Amino acid sequence: MIYFDSVSKTYPDGTTALDAVTLSVKQGEFVSIVGHSGAGKTTLVKLLLGEDHPTSGSVSFDSVNLKKIKAKDVPKLRRRIGVIFQDFRLLPNKTAYENVAFAMEVAGKSDEEIASDVPHVLELVDLTKKMWNFPRQLSGGELQRVAIARAIVNHPDLIIADEPTGNLDPINTYEIVQILKKINDMGTTVILTTHNKGVVEALGKRVITMDHGRITRDDSMGKYAL
Amino acid sequence: MLWTTLKRIIKAGFISFWRNGSVSLSAVFVMIIALSMIASTLLITAFLGTTLKDLQDKIDINIYIDTKASESAIMDLKKQLETLPEVKTVVYTSREQVLENFRTRHENDHRIIQALDEIGNNPLPATLAVKAREPSQYVGIANFLSNKSELSTGSTLSIVSKVNYEDNKDSIESLSKLIVGVKKFGSIITAIMIGISILITFNTIRLAIFIARDEIGVMRLVGGSNEYIRGPFVVEGILYGLVSAFLTLILFYPITYWLKNTTQVFYGGVDLLHYFVANFVQIFLIIVLSGIALGAVSSYLAVRKYLTSK
Repeated sequence: MIYFDSVSKTYPDGTTALDAVTLSVKQGEFVSIVGHSGAGKTTLVKLLLGEDHPTSGSVSFDSVNLKKIKAKDVPKLRRRIGVIFQDFRLLPNKTAYENVAFAMEVAGKSDEEIASDVPHVLELVDLTKKMWNFPRQLSGGELQRVAIARAIVNHPDLIIADEPTGNLDPINTYEIVQILKKINDMGTTVILTTHNKGVVEALGKRVITMDHGRITRDDSMGKYAL
Repeated sequence: MLWTTLKRIIKAGFISFWRNGSVSLSAVFVMIIALSMIASTLLITAFLGTTLKDLQDKIDINIYIDTKASESAIMDLKKQLETLPEVKTVVYTSREQVLENFRTRHENDHRIIQALDEIGNNPLPATLAVKAREPSQYVGIANFLSNKSELSTGSTLSIVSKVNYEDNKDSIESLSKLIVGVKKFGSIITAIMIGISILITFNTIRLAIFIARDEIGVMRLVGGSNEYIRGPFVVEGILYGLVSAFLTLILFYPITYWLKNTTQVFYGGVDLLHYFVANFVQIFLIIVLSGIALGAVSSYLAVRKYLTSK
């Protein structure tokens, strides 16, 4: 489903973020990518979202080379990928409901679908009571759950969670990981970047370890090995 | 689908306008200033226009007809003058009418009336008041009058006893220069004012959208197309324009009322209030449409900056 073919990325200032990375992820997999800050995790995510292009090599999503995708088709790609960030990235002037609904609106869903799916997905992340709250009225864990709801509402093929638990306490971290696991159990591919040892070990899924832009380990039943 | 998208964009624009209250408020205030500049320009142009028109109307050449001239000869001359392309109107005032006017003008001056009564017959000549289309054309008309021998003063055939162009020549010339100068000055001021108001509005809206640049990034990440992201900002810009246009128009009523009283002191009453009320529909359209256009175009351009990079 996802294929990185000897991808390198060098930024204009000379830093090499990725160095000949080759990696493939199959449909339905749950892959954790671990590594220190600056190991290249975030660059990997950016390339996958089409936010940036590799300096050499190619990134394919469902056999489509992302470099060849037209600017106007990038939004369509992004609607097939749900993204969750460490800093939540919710729209501050929209309520929890509206943030989730926005993702459906941009995907061209009808008002009826939105009215039925949004409450449902918010119930899934246990936020029914705070549906009409603005982001500033929610706690970190709640914000991340809104972000997850937004990421999954369009039934994406892939969920990318970039350090989703970085700003959360252990209890919220556990909850978020459980939700991600549940999403994966329903068949969605999940890519999780983290440097939280507990998270990776609790999952017991495939772990890719990165260091200085290279993959140093790739274990199918991985442990956190840094 | 298109309708649904449009409805969502408009709704999002309204909600954003309302929820970003402080940003909207400051944008509206700045746009009121910008639109007031446009409105003032309109009023100043109108003020100059009426003033100049009044001045122009006051310029004319009077041809004093020999008292012995027959009515038909005068009408003949009038017709000839009217065929000139430069001539706008020729107004004939008969001797009797001139006398009548003279009497009314001096009705409170008993000595003059008395003197007039003593003379017995009417000493005043009939006049043809000639108005040109442009002040600069009086020279041509005056030349025409002096070149035609039967018309020129002194000729035995002439029925013209005097043309007052030479007397007024200097003032006519300086006045026409003034008019041309003021018109030029007026259009330069208009261009500057409109330029400044466009810049002010554009920068304000750019700032408002700069505040929302992270949101634009998030919308892109979630998969929003450029049009869908841009739409609500453009709607918001239009709302800034609409609200500030209405407030500007409301503000201008008391302003012109106040100006009416002030301008009457130094000029015979250019009633800006009257102009404002009489041309309200036109001013309304100009201000509202400028507001909408300024808001929409500024938003469109300001958002573009955050949409072009991938």
